[in-house]
Amino acid sequence: MSDALHYQSIAELSAALQARRISAVDLMQAVIARTRAVEDRVHAFNSYDFEDALAQARASDERRARGEARGPLDGIPIGLKDVIAVTGQPLTASSRMLQTFVSPYDATVTQRLREAGAICWGRLNMDEFAMGSSTENSAFGPTANPYALDCVPGGSSGGSAAAVAAGETIVSLGSDTGGSIRQPASFCNVVGLKPTYGLVSRYGLIAFASSLDQIGPFGRSVEDTAIVLGAIAGHDPRDSTSWRADVPDYRAALQSRRGPWRIGIPREYFGEGLDPEVAASVQAAVRFYESQGCTVKDVSLPHTEYGIGVYYIIATAECSSNLARFDGIRYGHRSKDAKDAVEIYAESRAEGFGPEVKRRIILGTYVLSSGYYDAYYLRAQKVRTLIRQDFLNAYRDVDVILTPTAPTPAFRRGAKADPLAMYLCDIYTIGVNLAGLPAVSVPCGFSADGRPIGMQLIGQPFGEAELLAMAHTYERAHAWGQRRPTL
Amino acid sequence: MNYEAVIGLEVHIQIKTKSKMFTRVATGYGQEPNTLTDPVVLALPGVLPVMNKAALDAIIRAGLMLGCEIAPVCKWDRKNYFYPDSPKNYQISQYDQPICLGGSVEIELPAPARNIQGEHKRIPLTRIHLEEDVGKLNHTASDSLVDYNRAGTPLMEVVSEPAMQSADEAFAYLTALRTAMVYAGISDCDMEKGQLRCDANISVRPVGETKLGTKVELKNLNSISFVRDGIAHEIKRQLAVIAAGGTIRQETRDYDGQTGTSQSLRSKEMAHDYRYFPDPDLMPVKVDAAWKARLQAECPELPFDKQRRFYERYQIPYTITSVLVPDRALSDFFEETVALAGVDKAQAVGNWIVNDLLRELGTVKIGLEASRVRPAHIAELVRLIEAGTLLMNAAKEAFVDMFATGEMPAAVVERKGLKAETNVAELEQWCRDAIAGNAKSAADFRAGKESALNAFKGPVMKAAKGKANPRLVDETLRRLLAGG
Amino acid sequence: MSSPSSPTDLNIDHVAALARLALTPEEKAHFASQLGDVLAAIEKLKQVDVTGVEPTAHAFPLFNVWEADAARPGLPVQEALRNAPAQRDHMIVVPKVVE
Ligand SMILES: [Mg+2]
Ligand SMILES: [Zn+2]
Repeated sequence: MSDALHYQSIAELSAALQARRISAVDLMQAVIARTRAVEDRVHAFNSYDFEDALAQARASDERRARGEARGPLDGIPIGLKDVIAVTGQPLTASSRMLQTFVSPYDATVTQRLREAGAICWGRLNMDEFAMGSSTENSAFGPTANPYALDCVPGGSSGGSAAAVAAGETIVSLGSDTGGSIRQPASFCNVVGLKPTYGLVSRYGLIAFASSLDQIGPFGRSVEDTAIVLGAIAGHDPRDSTSWRADVPDYRAALQSRRGPWRIGIPREYFGEGLDPEVAASVQAAVRFYESQGCTVKDVSLPHTEYGIGVYYIIATAECSSNLARFDGIRYGHRSKDAKDAVEIYAESRAEGFGPEVKRRIILGTYVLSSGYYDAYYLRAQKVRTLIRQDFLNAYRDVDVILTPTAPTPAFRRGAKADPLAMYLCDIYTIGVNLAGLPAVSVPCGFSADGRPIGMQLIGQPFGEAELLAMAHTYERAHAWGQRRPTL
Repeated sequence: MNYEAVIGLEVHIQIKTKSKMFTRVATGYGQEPNTLTDPVVLALPGVLPVMNKAALDAIIRAGLMLGCEIAPVCKWDRKNYFYPDSPKNYQISQYDQPICLGGSVEIELPAPARNIQGEHKRIPLTRIHLEEDVGKLNHTASDSLVDYNRAGTPLMEVVSEPAMQSADEAFAYLTALRTAMVYAGISDCDMEKGQLRCDANISVRPVGETKLGTKVELKNLNSISFVRDGIAHEIKRQLAVIAAGGTIRQETRDYDGQTGTSQSLRSKEMAHDYRYFPDPDLMPVKVDAAWKARLQAECPELPFDKQRRFYERYQIPYTITSVLVPDRALSDFFEETVALAGVDKAQAVGNWIVNDLLRELGTVKIGLEASRVRPAHIAELVRLIEAGTLLMNAAKEAFVDMFATGEMPAAVVERKGLKAETNVAELEQWCRDAIAGNAKSAADFRAGKESALNAFKGPVMKAAKGKANPRLVDETLRRLLAGG
Repeated sequence: MSSPSSPTDLNIDHVAALARLALTPEEKAHFASQLGDVLAAIEKLKQVDVTGVEPTAHAFPLFNVWEADAARPGLPVQEALRNAPAQRDHMIVVPKVVE
């Protein structure tokens, strides 16, 4: 209860704001002070704009003084991954390519957060163009894990997870294409939700893989995460893949939905490569649910082993095309050496992109190139159907699927030099993106040496309310999320 | 050996919409550079496309008019290639599931003379698909400047089968296609504004051979006469190569209409590999029967169908239909006028429109929509002539006046004293005098020589100073001659 | 339907040219070997029987997602060109483009 302001929950802070015990400016200043204190060690941000954040805080205080406060997010600082557009602010995707780019428009989620009164605060570090699982692939340097500074925070939304964990923001947004919200959440002891594909608009999110990307919230509690989701979810006419779904009151659902649930444990997610400490923590969580009257069932997702292959075909194919626009013509890095238009492309892109981005563009270009479409892309889309079908079959018997979020806790920077080893970090998370399902990572323990462990709850399409309620049930009975990093 | 040419055309037609294909910023031509853009047009990081319903309606209407099969489901694909006029470096297009399949364009081949209708035939279509236009490059001596105003404009690509044999056929095809699209309000098809652009695939082969020869793609045919000249030139070039013992190289050539020559475009450093794949940002289109029926009801009658109907219903000649029919507004004007004047006056109405109205419009260089002469004017004019109130010369004078003033013909006739002579007693006296003065012709006529009547008309008209109503003169003469 | 004979038939020069990426010889060598591993994982998909399986393009497919044809204001030209590396006369400057 007596946490410093920068570590309080949205519920506590909005109550204090409403009671005028604090102002939004006080809160913003507390967050800025905390950021100043720890950011040189964490490096969660690519940039921030104190002036702009304080101006938003003042506007929030003025609204409140006029009796026009907009709800629980009014005055709450929310950090945005540097891949979500904010008018007048940098938008770099942690790439040299966009080092000087300033967005002339707002993403839909940005607009919705503004409408909710939230303070869009800072540009959070990430793997370049969201490609990676460690936030080491950032042109602006890696982010550290607040719980183990020599370890990675996970990725690609490493800055979003680390900033929340370190108290440099109250909540944040990340994006998740193959686990990029959930895996860093599990590494940084925070809650991270990847919504159902289509629940949150992608307009203004720099695309990595269009058919897999979703924006989602990070919070230090399930409730904070639910509040942010409520603000950003819902149909957007600017995103043709946006679903006309009802947006229930996710926060209220935390109280009203109590189970007991039928929980599926996919045997394919507990095999070789799973760290024993992670396995133990997740098993303990399973026993907790059982103790609450939930039914636990083994389920099978037989096409799991093909997930990585499918993912790396679809994601790289889509990214090779999505990233074609970064050419140094209309915006972005333009090579000084280029003599003609053809060289402008090849040289600017060579200078502007980092190695992982280049690798994925090469792979994606290859799988789409003449003669290979059927063998790679089309086949991957068909296997994607089978993977999706596995989940839907499982949901005939269970309400939710419970797995580890990642095979291991956070690893040391530089430990995974080989791309395939890095890609295997996402082994438990990519199936969810391929199937378009919602999933949340919830803190469920620590390794003996103090690195956080998360479990993943996978819900049914548009079943976020149920999913968050289930996560909340666990969280209420455990204190993992309240353990703060020593910084 | 005798050779024949085989020609297929790929025609890009801009669809006339208020907003672009995949975003709702305005379309337009001739605006200041880069003033018709938004984050989507510029392909800024993070933007997404949203289809324009009106463009879909337009292409389906085009497909229905040309007898295409409308695909029940079609999707969007990305055509990946790098070029500075293409903001995303991919074009959203339709690859293997175009919205319109098959169909044909009816064309009229040139006849030996202008006043004769040429032979009609149908050129089959492969497909019509929808895509987005690119921006424009303005080349200077040292660099190129990019304007994205045009980028993202809805564009229809009409692909014909390789089924044309001459430059004249290609010309006729393009003319017919353009007329149909303008008719339906789908596009203004102004080639100068780039609203219609044409590439031709041309090959030659020995007569009797069924396999196609090596094709050459001819680009930059940016006026309708350049299409004809360019194709004719290319066929001649290929035949000359073969005659000299050479072989045709597959290539793209650029036709220069000013000099009437073509040049091989420097071959790209690699063969095109567009890496088509379904655009994951867009959902497919499903066209149901109700939607199709609604659009079918909005389709105008095709020009050549209208021409056939005009022949049948109005009995008017090719010289009139060939002017009226290609212009939808003009043919509507004609039909409105006929509705007022009566179907039996169709030929007269047609003549007034094609000869007098168009002449006057041309003189002052205004369009039909600005004309003060409306169908009611011409209908009344024709009625006054029919009633004998107005003689042809006077009517011509009245027409010029009413074109300038917009006054109704009756008022013009009144004001200018153009009314024909109708004093029956006076007329009868002139007729009697004429008969009395030419006994031989009177006898001839009574003996059954019809043409003898004409001998009296000149003197009567002379006496009437040209103001006598010819029909009344005719009647009176006959009555007097019959009465003895 | 053509299918690659082995993952090693990735012609990195050709693919890099298609992707408009000027790679150094070291990058080319490095990527080719790294991607070999990934391609091997990808090759595993050949084991799956996909006869009669429909491809999934979207997890939740929709149809006919469009807007009515009404123009909204766009970007002022200054905003449109704000991030342009080179501009003149309200247009973006690129080195001379020769087709
Ligand atoms: Mg084409
Ligand atoms: Zn085209």
